[in-house]
Amino acid sequence: MPKRTDLKSVLVLGSGPIQIGQACEFDYSGTQALKALREEGIRTILLNSNPASIMTDPGRADATYIEPLTLGVLEKVLEAERPDAILPTVGGQTALNLAMEAHESGLLQRTGVTLIGAQPEAIKRGEDRQLFKALMDDLGLETCRGGFAHNMGEARDLLKLTGFPSIIRPSFTLGGSGGGIAYNVEEFETIVARGLDLSPTKQVLIEESILGWKEFELEVVRDLDDNVEVICSIENLDPMGIHTGDSITVAPILTLTDPEYQRMRDAAMAVIRAVGVETGGSNIQFALEPETSRIIVIEMNPRVSRSSALASKATGFPIAWVATKLALGYRLWELPNAITRMTKAAFEPVLDYVVVKIPRFTFEKFPQADKVLGTQMKSVGEVMALGRSFQEALQKAVRSLEEGHKGLSGALEGKLDLGRLKEHLIIPGAQRLFWVYHGLKAGHSVEELHRLTKITPWFLHEIEEIVVLEGRLRSFPVDRLPVDLLEKAKRAGFADDQIAVFCSGTEAEVAARRDALGLHPAYKRVDTCAGEFKAETPYLYGTWETAAGAEVHGASLRLKGSAQEVRYVETSEAPPTDRPKAIVLGSGPNRIGQGVEFDCCCVQAVEAIRASGVEAILINCNPETVSTDFDTSDRLYFEPLTYEHVKAVVDREAGAGAEAYHAEHGPEGGAQEGPRKAAGGHLLGVFAQFGGQTPLKLAGPLHAAGVKLLGTPLSAILDAEDRERFGQVLKRLDIPAPQWGMATSFTEALEVAKRLDYPVMVRPSFVLGGRAMAVVFDDAGLEKYMREAVAVSNDQPVLLDRFLEGAQELDIDVVCDGEQVVIAGLLAHIEEAGIHSGDSYAVIPALGVPEGILEMVKEYARRLALDLGVLGLMNLQFAVKDGIAYCLEANPRASRTVPFVSKATGVDWAGVAARVGLGQSLRQQGVTDGVPRAVSVKGVVFPFAKFPGVDPVLGPEMKSTGEVMGIGETFGEAYAKSLLAAGIPLPLSGTVFLTVNDADKVRLPELAHKLVALGFGLCATEGTARTLESVGLKVRKIFKVNEGRPNAVDLLKNGEVQWVINTPLGRAAFFDESSIRKEALRLKIPCLTNLSAALAACEAVETLRGEMTVRAIQSLG
Amino acid sequence: MRAHLILKDGTIFRGRAPLGFGGGGEAVFTTAMVGYQEILTDPSFAGQMVCMTFPEQGIYGIHADLNESGRPWATGLLCRRLSFVPDHTRSEGDLAGWLKRHRIPVLSELDTRALTQYLRDQGSQPSLIWTEADGSLEAGVAQAKALPDMTGQALCAEVSCRDRYELNPGGAFRVAVLDGGIKQSILRQLVAAGLHLEVFPWDTPATELAHKRFHGLFLSNGPGDPAALPGMQAEVGACIGQLPIFGICLGHQLLGQAFGGRTFKLKFGHRGANQPVHDLMTGRIEITAQNHGFAVDEASLPAEIEVTHRHLSDGTIEGLRHTKLPIFSLQHHPEASPGPHDAHPAFQRFVELMKKHN
Ligand SMILES: Nc1ncnc2c1ncn2[C@@H]1O[C@H](COP(=O)(O)OP(=O)(O)O)[C@@H](O)[C@H]1O
Ligand SMILES: Nc1ncnc2c1ncn2[C@@H]1O[C@H](COP(=O)(O)OP(=O)(O)O)[C@@H](O)[C@H]1O
Ligand SMILES: [Mg+2]
Ligand SMILES: [Mg+2]
Repeated sequence: MPKRTDLKSVLVLGSGPIQIGQACEFDYSGTQALKALREEGIRTILLNSNPASIMTDPGRADATYIEPLTLGVLEKVLEAERPDAILPTVGGQTALNLAMEAHESGLLQRTGVTLIGAQPEAIKRGEDRQLFKALMDDLGLETCRGGFAHNMGEARDLLKLTGFPSIIRPSFTLGGSGGGIAYNVEEFETIVARGLDLSPTKQVLIEESILGWKEFELEVVRDLDDNVEVICSIENLDPMGIHTGDSITVAPILTLTDPEYQRMRDAAMAVIRAVGVETGGSNIQFALEPETSRIIVIEMNPRVSRSSALASKATGFPIAWVATKLALGYRLWELPNAITRMTKAAFEPVLDYVVVKIPRFTFEKFPQADKVLGTQMKSVGEVMALGRSFQEALQKAVRSLEEGHKGLSGALEGKLDLGRLKEHLIIPGAQRLFWVYHGLKAGHSVEELHRLTKITPWFLHEIEEIVVLEGRLRSFPVDRLPVDLLEKAKRAGFADDQIAVFCSGTEAEVAARRDALGLHPAYKRVDTCAGEFKAETPYLYGTWETAAGAEVHGASLRLKGSAQEVRYVETSEAPPTDRPKAIVLGSGPNRIGQGVEFDCCCVQAVEAIRASGVEAILINCNPETVSTDFDTSDRLYFEPLTYEHVKAVVDREAGAGAEAYHAEHGPEGGAQEGPRKAAGGHLLGVFAQFGGQTPLKLAGPLHAAGVKLLGTPLSAILDAEDRERFGQVLKRLDIPAPQWGMATSFTEALEVAKRLDYPVMVRPSFVLGGRAMAVVFDDAGLEKYMREAVAVSNDQPVLLDRFLEGAQELDIDVVCDGEQVVIAGLLAHIEEAGIHSGDSYAVIPALGVPEGILEMVKEYARRLALDLGVLGLMNLQFAVKDGIAYCLEANPRASRTVPFVSKATGVDWAGVAARVGLGQSLRQQGVTDGVPRAVSVKGVVFPFAKFPGVDPVLGPEMKSTGEVMGIGETFGEAYAKSLLAAGIPLPLSGTVFLTVNDADKVRLPELAHKLVALGFGLCATEGTARTLESVGLKVRKIFKVNEGRPNAVDLLKNGEVQWVINTPLGRAAFFDESSIRKEALRLKIPCLTNLSAALAACEAVETLRGEMTVRAIQSLG
Repeated sequence: MRAHLILKDGTIFRGRAPLGFGGGGEAVFTTAMVGYQEILTDPSFAGQMVCMTFPEQGIYGIHADLNESGRPWATGLLCRRLSFVPDHTRSEGDLAGWLKRHRIPVLSELDTRALTQYLRDQGSQPSLIWTEADGSLEAGVAQAKALPDMTGQALCAEVSCRDRYELNPGGAFRVAVLDGGIKQSILRQLVAAGLHLEVFPWDTPATELAHKRFHGLFLSNGPGDPAALPGMQAEVGACIGQLPIFGICLGHQLLGQAFGGRTFKLKFGHRGANQPVHDLMTGRIEITAQNHGFAVDEASLPAEIEVTHRHLSDGTIEGLRHTKLPIFSLQHHPEASPGPHDAHPAFQRFVELMKKHN
């Protein structure tokens, strides 16, 4: 039976802001789902609060609601749009939970809307660990011994059953938040308490530990005819005990025999059938005990998941797209295989390469966080690499992390204290892979490492081989490297620059040596079928096949002294086209400071390039993204974003070394005799301005190698990035900037600080996301900082800026074509300067800032863009104090705010910039300054809940993982929505606890009067209270934590406080405040850390009390 | 040792011969990602050098219970990478050592994807693993060009059992099994279905196979060109109408011919564990294990033969049924090994058929 005909319009639920455990993989799945729906002529409605996503671009859905993902909003959207169905399975846990809420609250029944993809009953069976366990018992499938507790008493009873270590996991939380492993009673009680608190159903699962077992995942799809197939099998290199999201994983499963694998496959099919996921994808996790092959079912996700995104990129099989079609009633055998086009989606993809995924962590941002990996996910992003061996894929993946590792020997060479090896192997942390490598290098045996890490020996053996290869490489100078060894090394994934280190030469010398020996990368297709069928889609990765060797080039060679013609078949496929083309460099793994918003820019750029009739080629290594979907660009190279890999693609696409493509036997024309005309050519150049700091770092080397940069030239990039040069530019254009200086030592720093006078803002030069930035108030603070920071910035100078206290910060994005500058958007931050732009709420239009200032800032921006010679996007940040706008920094690239601004103004600014890069002037494009179509507020979400014990205070160092957007007619409405979307529901009544620093006491009365007017009661600490009383306000005095009881924390605990407003008082009160903020965070009591935000919040409260309206962005302006 | 794969058409691929010796056979590829041992010991691969499209081979070593027959029958392993350190708590040795013991040559470090695509476009063909020690490339090419084609090759004699033997005496039904090179896993499935088996050599006459003590006849898989087995074909033909018959792979092709149909060589065959088969009786899809280079030509079949299964990708016949007699056959391998178990119910179907007709 073909697709359902009763569905005319479908609402897709997005996953909201990027957070740990739910990143941009759901931008990928939502975007694919929308595409799949629209192809069927179905009206698509999207609800997602995340403006940084591609799926919320106006063109992706017929009606796009960038609104909070709450029941109230959903109800309004349903009323406004009356869709026939909701697709809840492509928006992660958030979408699934919201759909369940809608079901349980009767909203679905009331509005007559049905769920497609998965029915409530199935979702329950899959998500509720209790029902799920019972179901598995019925199927005769094993699950871990254990049970559910709703209070500490029940928990203690279960402990008797499980013993230590015991695994505690709250029900219905994202990425396992609040879960953990307890080795003793104390840990047990803390984790249980936290779990009960975090679980929406106040329920925790307590299980026996099977730490150290092998862990596996199967991605399964099912259609309405009950056809079930396994799309991808994934093996975790890190054994049970480390969340799959935090584990290094490999696809396909490598270390199981066929009978073992088939038993798991049979189990997976039984599970998806029993749970009753009618259509679409599910993710099922298993554990296997190596000695006995005993299989245990860990869990199932009855929806498209993080692993589904990985599986899609790993196999080329578009799971989310297929899942959506199946939800519409298609059968698997009715759907085409989008990559081969000639076969059907009813089959199981096979790989002829190995895929490795490595998670990316950002513990450096949260020094106080517990850095041990466990059952709760802590990573913020991931990279994927493909290779023709595990070794190659592993080393490519390590490079893709952008953590300075050239390969496995990595950046930590010589930096690890091997005395502590054991501990680092037993207690897994983000760096364990490197400890393993250096452990093996130090001569520890595979057996020993296996005993300590439980990592399957085969993986360790492979890593040991890499160690051995490193040793052999070290015994040669570059120019003597033997061809066999160099070939082996490249096939094992060694990078030129890494080999250069071993052989004390330069990257260029190693590359030259390779060329001389005829060693060139080959490019292979990801085709879902291991070459069995011709594939049409150029989704490519680079690898190293047996060298052509000096003796052969091209199709045929005449054997010496013989008439005998023989043919060698060359190894690359999908030769470059001779169309004009441009390469866009992606943004690599998600991390704090560089996330989905840059992928959004890349995709906007790619689409603009394609629309201009130029072939768009994308290079990226992040499997979660829309940019790495095989049909986003004309050509996708899934490669690490390092010089070697990028340059190789550039050479290939430019047609250099074209002889390497002779006798191309690929789908483009079958085997052929004789040399073919050099492929490639017409490469216009490379865009380095859309992927954030990642491609910007490559601009220099690429330029030096004679590669044309499209858009902003290198000189402009350096003028903006290099503080020294930028300072001069500002002086020349007389644009005010905070006084500043540089220092490489403490004494130098002291002098600079004296000149600027405190407080000063300190940071290492060249860092993204405000890494290691701080505000210091005195010499002591400065000394402390210099000691630590110099380490991070590895001896690059440290920058000191005069810190502008209480200044209004502005963010401005512009596009320049060399003659003209248009203002894309000008944002006013709500928090004052000092809180990283990425962490502060911001509003467009820039309300509350005097017109004169705004004009001045725009004027400065124009001046700068033209003077620097920017071609494309540039972002500037200003701090306004006493009527002067100081320029804080310039980013000569697309910025974090561009997607948000695009949504607010309805213009695809990255696309505009891309067209500029291709030579289309702004005038030709007919673009003018962006006009905000409503009041839009950018809100942010923080990962503090994932890092218990971390002080949730904000500063110049970026800490947020994602953003949300609130759109309204008034500022109050927009701000209220943004808070709601960020999960901070402001209280509408109750008591506010105030404690503010002296600087803020000036504005305090204004705030207090507003609060009282809104009917809130006030309580405050000594000093704050005095100020309030002095203006005649009634306020309850309470103790600070160290002054006596009952103190602030007690009140929070007793639920006597509904809202905390605490602006940092500086070091003295630090302990006191952080304990208050932490408690507030734990109890989910909104806590604002600066006055401007608090004032804004008062307006928000007013709107929250009234009726809130929702609008589709298509209907704006 | 450096070595080359030389195809009959003169095409050359570079690689290495880790075992230090070469050999020859028809180069075919399989896309199964696991199961190298089952594949290499599957008698249907006799005379063929198997290119494993999945690049990592030998990871979990060798296991006694993974053998599909007494020894490897494939005449060579073509792969991208060979692991010498088996990783499995229960493995009994490493793949390389095992192959060496059986004198099965390996060409590794080979661009298996390029080879696969070449075979896909140009067709499977005879080929040589030619090591440095074997002499000049030129000599190798000359030899390769002289290699015989698979078409017309009868190989059952090599792989079939020599004498009749019994399995699972006392099983519900007594079944004659014609062994054209049968896989152990097929026998296991038949036994698991509760059948008492008498296994006969490939050249057993119909008079024995269709003896009245039997409730059914099973025709096994096997190597080579079905068209080159006129004798077997005639005997199978003589059994038709006398008792229920179930044939797999070669057995299916022999039935096809016995019905009066023809078989033909597929360009590069179906070999893998992910092959989608459309069951026309239920409308559902089975993901199956397959290994065949020849197929039954639909146009050549008489009216009373119904096509019950089709390959979803190329529409070729995957299953047949006699509309009047209790006879059915499958081109794919319901016993899998290696591969998914979707088609397991076929064995039960055979039992039901015998129930109905005895
Ligand atoms: N009983 C257990 N023993 C040891 N580790 C476990 C156990 N149960 C789960 N884990 C680990 O915790 C991780 C998260 O558990 P899972 O059930 O997948 O929760 P989530 O919904 O967060 O993915 C798993 O990937 C696994 O590594
Ligand atoms: N001189 C200064 N006075 C006050 N705040 C500053 C100053 N310099 C930077 N900041 C704050 O620090 C944040 C990060 O600084 P910025 O230069 O933008 O670094 P990044 O490259 O991380 O964006 C800014 O958003 C701003 O809030
Ligand atoms: Mg999980
Ligand atoms: Mg900034």
